[in-house]
Amino acid sequence: MCNGLIGKKLGMIGMFSPEGRQIPVTVVQVGPCTVTQIKTTETDGYNALQLGFGLRKQTRVTKAVLGHFKKAGDQIFSVLKEVAVENPLDYTIGQSIGIEIFTVGDRIDVSGVSKGKGFSGVIKRHGFHGGRSTHGSQCHRIPGSIGASAWPSRVVKGKKMPGQFGNQKKTVKNLQIMDVRAEDNVLLIKGAIPGFKSAIVNIRKTNKMPGNIKAI
Amino acid sequence: MQTIRQIENEMMRLDIPDFSAGDTVKVHVRIQEGEKERIQVFEGVVISKRRGTTNASFTVRKMSNGVGVERIFPMHTPIVDRIEVVSKGDVRRAKIYYLRKLRGKAARIKEKRF
Repeated sequence: MCNGLIGKKLGMIGMFSPEGRQIPVTVVQVGPCTVTQIKTTETDGYNALQLGFGLRKQTRVTKAVLGHFKKAGDQIFSVLKEVAVENPLDYTIGQSIGIEIFTVGDRIDVSGVSKGKGFSGVIKRHGFHGGRSTHGSQCHRIPGSIGASAWPSRVVKGKKMPGQFGNQKKTVKNLQIMDVRAEDNVLLIKGAIPGFKSAIVNIRKTNKMPGNIKAI
Repeated sequence: MQTIRQIENEMMRLDIPDFSAGDTVKVHVRIQEGEKERIQVFEGVVISKRRGTTNASFTVRKMSNGVGVERIFPMHTPIVDRIEVVSKGDVRRAKIYYLRKLRGKAARIKEKRF
C-alpha cells in the first residue's frame, strides 16, 4: 500500500462547511506520480518506491538521468522522491499512482521546505519579547543576556540566537483532507502547509492517531 | 492559479443580488434547532462590503430595541437562504461607519432616486 505522493502547493482559499463555518484550506495538486524505480531489501537494503512528479524538458537532463527515466517510459520528471512501502513487488516500473489513494477525512502529514526569511533576529525567529521602545532603553530588538559569567563561563548549547530562519524542511502533522477532486488531481487540506505557492511537498498518510482533534 | 480560480468559482454562490453600502436588505438566515430548521430574517442597512472571492463578506446594521446590532455575513455562506434588497440608499461612501455615531432622525439614509 503506497502511503505517500508528491504534490505542488497551489495556494490557500476559504471553504464553507455545511453548517456555514468558514474553513481555511490549502489547495495542493497531488500526483499523478510514476514509479521510476523499485527498491527492495535484497538490492538496496530497504523497501521503497521512487516516484517521479512534474515534467521537465528532455534537453535539461544529462544522458545518465535520461537513461534512468527511459526505464519507466518516455517522460522526464522534475522531481524524484522515495516513499516507503511494505511490498514493493506489488508495483511495476512505469505504473502511475494517483490521488485515489486518499479519501475525504483522511489524516495526513505534509513536509516541504518552508519560506525563507533570511538572517533573522530573535524576535522574529524565536518569538522573544522586545525591549522597551521609549524612555532611552536602547534595547529594542536585542536578545539580552546569553548566559552567566563565572559559571558556566560559556554559552550553553542550543541557546536561541539570531540566524537563518525559514528555508528549512518542515513537517505539519495530522492535517485533515476536506475534499478530493480526482478530475483536477487536487486535494483540499485543512490548514496551512510549509512553502510558497508552487512549492513541492511530500504528502503521506499520518501515523498519528486522530484522537483529540475536533471533527467539523 | 487557474485550478484555484475554478475551485473558488464552484464554491461561490451565483444567486446574490447586486447591493452596496447604504442599501437596506433582508437577510434570510437558516437556523438549525435540533432536527428542525427555520428561517430568521435579519433586516438592516449594509454598512460595508468586503470584496474577495470566497472570503467576501458584508456587514448589516440594525437598531434592535434602541440598541445597535451589527452582523457580519460571509457573502457565500450556505446558511444564508437568500438576500432581499428592500431599498437602495443614496450614500457617498463605500463604508458608512459614521452611521454608528448617529441616532434617531440623523441616522436615516436618503433613498436613491433613479
